Amino acid sequence: MKIRCALIGPGNVGLDLLHKLLRSDTLEPLWVAGIQPDSAGLVHAQGLGLETTHTGVDGLLPHIDEDNIRIAFDATSARIHPENSRKLTARGVKVIDMTPAAIGPLCVPAVNLEEYIGRDEMNVNMVTCGGQATIPMVYAINRVQNVRYSEIIATVSSKSVGPGTRKNVDEFIQTTAAALEKIGGAHKGKTMIIINPSEPPLIMRDTIHCITEKEPQCDAIIESVRAMEKSVQEYVPGYRIKEGPIFDGNRISIFIEVRGHGDYLPEYAGNLDIMTAAAARTAEMFAQHMLQEPGV
Amino acid sequence: MNLKGKKIRLHDVSLRDGMHSIHHQFTLQNMQTLSLALDQAKITLIEVGHGDGLAGSSVNYGFSLHSDQEYLDAVIPDLKSTRVSVMMVPGISTIEDLKVIENAGIHTVRVATHCTEADVSEQHIQYAAKQGFDTVGFLMMSHMASPQKILEQARLMQDYGANCLYIADSAGHMLPEDVAARISVLRDAFPESIEIGFHGHNNLGMSVANSLAAVEAGATRIDGSVAGFGAGAGNTPLEVFAAVCEMHGVETGVDLAALMDAAETVAVPIMGEYLPRIDRDALTLGYAGVYSSFLLHAKRAEQKHGISARRILLELGHRGTVNGQEDMIEDLALEMLRKQAS
Repeated sequence: MKIRCALIGPGNVGLDLLHKLLRSDTLEPLWVAGIQPDSAGLVHAQGLGLETTHTGVDGLLPHIDEDNIRIAFDATSARIHPENSRKLTARGVKVIDMTPAAIGPLCVPAVNLEEYIGRDEMNVNMVTCGGQATIPMVYAINRVQNVRYSEIIATVSSKSVGPGTRKNVDEFIQTTAAALEKIGGAHKGKTMIIINPSEPPLIMRDTIHCITEKEPQCDAIIESVRAMEKSVQEYVPGYRIKEGPIFDGNRISIFIEVRGHGDYLPEYAGNLDIMTAAAARTAEMFAQHMLQEPGV
Repeated sequence: MNLKGKKIRLHDVSLRDGMHSIHHQFTLQNMQTLSLALDQAKITLIEVGHGDGLAGSSVNYGFSLHSDQEYLDAVIPDLKSTRVSVMMVPGISTIEDLKVIENAGIHTVRVATHCTEADVSEQHIQYAAKQGFDTVGFLMMSHMASPQKILEQARLMQDYGANCLYIADSAGHMLPEDVAARISVLRDAFPESIEIGFHGHNNLGMSVANSLAAVEAGATRIDGSVAGFGAGAGNTPLEVFAAVCEMHGVETGVDLAALMDAAETVAVPIMGEYLPRIDRDALTLGYAGVYSSFLLHAKRAEQKHGISARRILLELGHRGTVNGQEDMIEDLALEMLRKQAS
């Protein structure tokens, strides 16, 4: 038995997610809601055998009970998300927010997903691609010893950055920096994003610098960081530590590469892949919990 | 070349771009003395702050000795006629960073993006223009895009509200004809109310000639640095360019003798051993078309990992790195080291 789910916003990110959901053992994507009849996204979803509506979340609502939809993914925009979320959660649907709206708690599966499973959170936010790629590493260092300052640089290919992110680079920076502190555990977080237009497009890469309060315990940090790399790889197979950790005084640097799975989007778009992989992972964990509930 | 009677304004960037040459370590005193000397020389505009602009102070680019706010507060109150600009690079600086210093008395905000990614500057340019600042859209690494592409990107920045558009030869890679092609396509496309500017680097020794070509093609704002302080082999040495302008009847409004004195007696002693020159690594930047501020980072990687800075810079050129990708340098050095060992 699988938990049924719906997607709102069949753009690039949404469709990549859909392909991941179709492979899931615990999730069954059933509905896709867009806002344009015959949009490329809706047509693609129909081709995959899904039910579609072009009247947005409102077109989806009548089917929630009859089709027993329990989880919805919102890949629309920060502007529309709060209203979508309100309508869905009122019907008892758990919402995975892939927009920068972040009205619910921030979730990085390898770090804090388990906290939310039993707590019955109705809305969780997937932070940013840069956050998904770097926060696990900051957390891995901080669980060994206190991180006074963490700084990350996310480099993404120009082709993989949509108009939404381009209009809102400040929000990307602020949300990621705050999450480095809140979830990663750093006392202070700083974020930068670089968009590189070279051809062929470069694979997403991230640099993580942490400055510890005391002299780094190198062996324990290496072990913790390597274990975290494996945890992330469970849901993002293309995630790897390319170089590092290297130590320079109290500074620790790690260089990450995120190669996408190539589901709907090309491999270089690791930044989008890690978002959809994290969202799918989060929903699967919720679904497993739901399946264990009595009476399901 | 007939330039007689052309009127241009000079923008000195030694106290911002020059920070790259000295690991962002100017003291407040350095900034005060040099800015006063530039004020006396009647330079229209000077840029102040971390080399990578607002919020550039970081592990990635180097921490500056003081905050942007401290530098601006040290410089602005004592200036008579010279105005001050700040640079912001979307992806590094946010509007919140601008809000922190927007009441320090700045006149100009320059918003810089890679030459093909202008659409990340929308919110920043809109905000700066709305606040009434002289707002500049600044296209970095302009050698990497065709004149037509540059025009398309400049149009975006103008739409957002920029009243001045800059071609920046951030890698010091262009020749006069490359500069002229880009400046003239902008000059032809925009009304006179939109100023066009040029920012050069001297990695191939072409900065003065390039700036002159820019003026001929219609640029009316030209960046440079007193004594050539700046990333890579430095920016266009401003006292040299001012002298050439005067020879050719281009009106800059500066006091040439005072500017030459500022370079010789104020600027050079501050920079000491850090005074930029076209050494083999700076030359490699120009040759390979690599972002000028990578220079000291590549030299440091050479010292630390024993891989030559020139090799690193050439490879960074091959990989099409852009402004701000300093974090690639150590990553690449480690990768080269591993390949060497295996």
